[in-house]
Amino acid sequence: MVCEMETDQIEEMDVEGLSSMWPEDVGTQADNQFNVGDSDTLKEVDIAEKHTMADLTRLPELMNTTDQGSSQLTNLVRQWEYMQDHAVRLLREELKILTRQREEAEAKELKIIEEHNFESQEPENVPVLDETSHLFRRFRQKKRDELVDRERVVIDEEFDTVAYWKQKALSLEKMLEASTERERRLIEKLNESLKTMESHSAPVEELTQNLKRAEGFLHFILQNAPIVMGHQDKDLRYLFIYNKFPSLREQDILGKTDVEIFHGGGVKESEDFKREVLEKGKASKREITFETELFGSKTFLIYVEPVYNKAKEKIGINYMGMEVTDQVRKREKMAKLREDNAVRKAMESELTKTIHITEETMRAKQMLATMSHEIRSPLSGVVGMAEILSTTKLDKEQRQLLNVMISSGDLVLQLINDILDLSKVESGVMKLEATKFRPREVVKHVLQTAAASLKKDLTLEGNIADEVPILVVGDVLRIRQILTNLISNAIKFTHRGKVGIKLQVISQPSFANEEQKETSVWICCDVYDTGIGIPENALPCLFKKYMQASADHARKYGGTGLGLAICKQLVELMGGQLTVTSQVNAGSTFTFILPYKVATSDDHSDDQDEFSDMVDHHQPEPDDTTEGYFQFKPLLGSIYSNGGSVTGNNFLPHKAMLTTPLKLTNGFVSDPSSNTGQSETVQVENGGYMDESRQNCCPESAHQYGNGNGRCSSKESESCSSSQASSEMESELTVSSPREEEKTETEVKETSQPKILLVEDNKINIMVAKSMMKQLGYTMDIANNGVEAINAVKDSSYDLVLMDVCMPVMDGLKATRLIRSYEESGNWEAAIEAGVDIKTSENDQACVPPTNRLPIVAMTANTLAESSEECYANGMDSFISKPVTLQKLKQCLQQYLQ
Amino acid sequence: MDALVAQLQMQYRNYTVSLYQQGFLDDQFTELKKLQDDASPDFVAEVLSLFFEDCVKLIGNMARALDQTGTVDFSQVGASVHQLKGSSSSVGAKRVKGLCITFKEYCEANNYEGCVRCLQQVDIEFKALQTKLQDMFNLEKQIIQAGGKVPQVDIN
Repeated sequence: MVCEMETDQIEEMDVEGLSSMWPEDVGTQADNQFNVGDSDTLKEVDIAEKHTMADLTRLPELMNTTDQGSSQLTNLVRQWEYMQDHAVRLLREELKILTRQREEAEAKELKIIEEHNFESQEPENVPVLDETSHLFRRFRQKKRDELVDRERVVIDEEFDTVAYWKQKALSLEKMLEASTERERRLIEKLNESLKTMESHSAPVEELTQNLKRAEGFLHFILQNAPIVMGHQDKDLRYLFIYNKFPSLREQDILGKTDVEIFHGGGVKESEDFKREVLEKGKASKREITFETELFGSKTFLIYVEPVYNKAKEKIGINYMGMEVTDQVRKREKMAKLREDNAVRKAMESELTKTIHITEETMRAKQMLATMSHEIRSPLSGVVGMAEILSTTKLDKEQRQLLNVMISSGDLVLQLINDILDLSKVESGVMKLEATKFRPREVVKHVLQTAAASLKKDLTLEGNIADEVPILVVGDVLRIRQILTNLISNAIKFTHRGKVGIKLQVISQPSFANEEQKETSVWICCDVYDTGIGIPENALPCLFKKYMQASADHARKYGGTGLGLAICKQLVELMGGQLTVTSQVNAGSTFTFILPYKVATSDDHSDDQDEFSDMVDHHQPEPDDTTEGYFQFKPLLGSIYSNGGSVTGNNFLPHKAMLTTPLKLTNGFVSDPSSNTGQSETVQVENGGYMDESRQNCCPESAHQYGNGNGRCSSKESESCSSSQASSEMESELTVSSPREEEKTETEVKETSQPKILLVEDNKINIMVAKSMMKQLGYTMDIANNGVEAINAVKDSSYDLVLMDVCMPVMDGLKATRLIRSYEESGNWEAAIEAGVDIKTSENDQACVPPTNRLPIVAMTANTLAESSEECYANGMDSFISKPVTLQKLKQCLQQYLQ
Repeated sequence: MDALVAQLQMQYRNYTVSLYQQGFLDDQFTELKKLQDDASPDFVAEVLSLFFEDCVKLIGNMARALDQTGTVDFSQVGASVHQLKGSSSSVGAKRVKGLCITFKEYCEANNYEGCVRCLQQVDIEFKALQTKLQDMFNLEKQIIQAGGKVPQVDIN
């Protein structure tokens, strides 16, 4: 009961709710010894004496043999000695008092004797303490005087009478009696003092008392402290333990080491720690977490100090452990909380930063996209004009400069297209189309296109595994874009050997998501080359934007550095993966894996639309759908064709061959926003159309430029000399010579007299233009404004329209728009809506829809950059800047009338 | 006789060059000359007379439009200026063309004073050009009368 109260109290006092170090239920189960011990403890507190759970026989031994022990003993002895000294001093003082009293008595006696002439011959009393004898004498002298004064016997009888002597004798007797009495009492007192002195002189008993008190105090403090104390010898065997684990008996602990007693985590550590302290001879503290079967997981703060004997030799350690499990737990909890807090804060700041960056990035991207778009429009005008310019009469240097201009312009255009593409993918605007297509055809066409512009001695090959489905569904435009990009990349970095595409079906890759797992067939596409390869350290940044393998490469090979980034993004957008392996000087292989849905092959409608422009309707090629291997070898020197096709198929129809791949690529890339297959097809068709016409006229025109140049220079030199020499003959020559040549040209063309319509309101311009046309051997119809032009176009079919832009009634742009609208819809409703008075007669044969796109060339007096874009935007094919010259007109006609 | 022809030719050449150098004419005039051949021997003269007629008519139009006491219809003036610009550009009347460009800007800016000033200058310029070209044609005629041939003048 008392015990319970005690613990209750302690628990109440313990603010932190500190529990006992040892589990509470252990003792009851273990044995009674613990309970007994506990109640004993309480008793011991009361009586300040404790039954320690220690080896009592060893403890004194320990005290005797160790430094600390001996110093404590010394302390006790010193204390005792001090007490003894004190007692001696007290006794001495008392003795002094007694001595004085005796002196007084003696002095009185002496006086009496002197007074009564009782001369005694006996020697002076020798003081008890010899050493103080002269002091004593002095005192005696003094006291004697005092005494005489003070205690002089007063006798009222007459001196020297009997009565007087009697009286005197009587009083003296009395004094003597008193003196004797005093002496007796003093002796008694002295005896008493001696007795007490004797009792004080028993130190052992006192020491024991003190020790007991100290011990009691210590026990009182320590018994409920979560502290275990012990002493271990050099071998770390316990010699003494206090507050051991309750279920262990002393014999279980004493004489054993930690390792022998406990098992589990921390035991070894603590043992090692103790040993370390023992070796180093330096006290230290450490926190050790024990994980034992006996008392579970507890953390102790252990203090260990080495113990030396008197010879300063280590004989063991004292060790004190304090259980700090809860504190450690709390501390760890706090640390964890703090850590969590810090992490959360860091994450928050990171997040806000990311959000900020994302916003910034989005804004920047948006701006980039907008800017790119804004740049693209005028730039395409510049490039277009430069291309037109390149078809004009130029000397060698001018042509070189122009070529640089065009290629730079193309590069910038490509870059802008790439940027637009990329920002579309990144902003998630880009949508994927699911169209049916034949992978074999795609590969073939990509290679064909590449072969057409190949200027190196490379073999291009395509290898498609048999199991690749004939028809699959995917975004063929993007896939082509990727393939074209990778192939042109491969060709760019390959100087000999081959470049190829390999298609094969693979099992579902690990990165496939649930959705993809359903109906897909996974096709792995390798684009390999035998080129310069990529060093391993450049691989990581290969797919990064604006990065190339190295600055050297960028300088040497050019390019925007966006191609691969776009490829990667596109592939990832389609749920695939793009990887690369490479070996320097041996080649690179770009591999992309994409999921496709397999289409049933009986529905060909989609994909024929897709490629009708490419394969040129002329003849069906039955092999095409299943053929698994293509090879293109350019015949250098001739116009780059695929004459060496191993399969013998006419893969590269003339028309396709002449189509420049760059233009086609541009056709693809230039307007990714038009996502429908339809418009894309139109786009390609247009591109093809324009290029084709340009290409077609190219060899011829080049020839003519040759002529023109030759003629021109001769004319120049002649006229020059003529002006200097002012010779009549020469001037005659100069006048006649160019004319004749032009006439011969004209005659050739007159065989196929094309119909030309000039739409112009200025009479003088008409006159000039007409005259020029005449000189070039053409005649033409005239319309004075847009409305007249529309009516003229409606009534007869023209091969070319030259359209002034700025005209009264209706300007050239609007007229062109309406004509284009008619071409698309087959009717003139748009024109009628616009208020054009169409002179319709229902049975007019011209009402049949047009078969071809009518080339309309603008004639504009405005500055080039300003209105070229406007012209293109309104459906014009090209333009001539005013004033119209013979040369410009001739080029225009050559371009559109061949 | 030959000496006379040669002298006239020399004079003609110098005169033509001076017209170019003084900025009355530009390459387009050369173009125009190229178009003149045996089939149309008076082509340049025809075009130019048409041009001058046009000028008179257009300048008259502009003057009338600008002479309005009330609000001036600048777009109407602008249309005439545009016409004149096109014509002058076609014949290579460089100074007139240049003036037209400025004139047009004034029109677009609805700058009445600028327009009037330009109109006056255009009138002066076109008349000056007319005189110069008349002189040139006269020279040509003299050369032909003297039995010579009008030389091709290379401006560069």
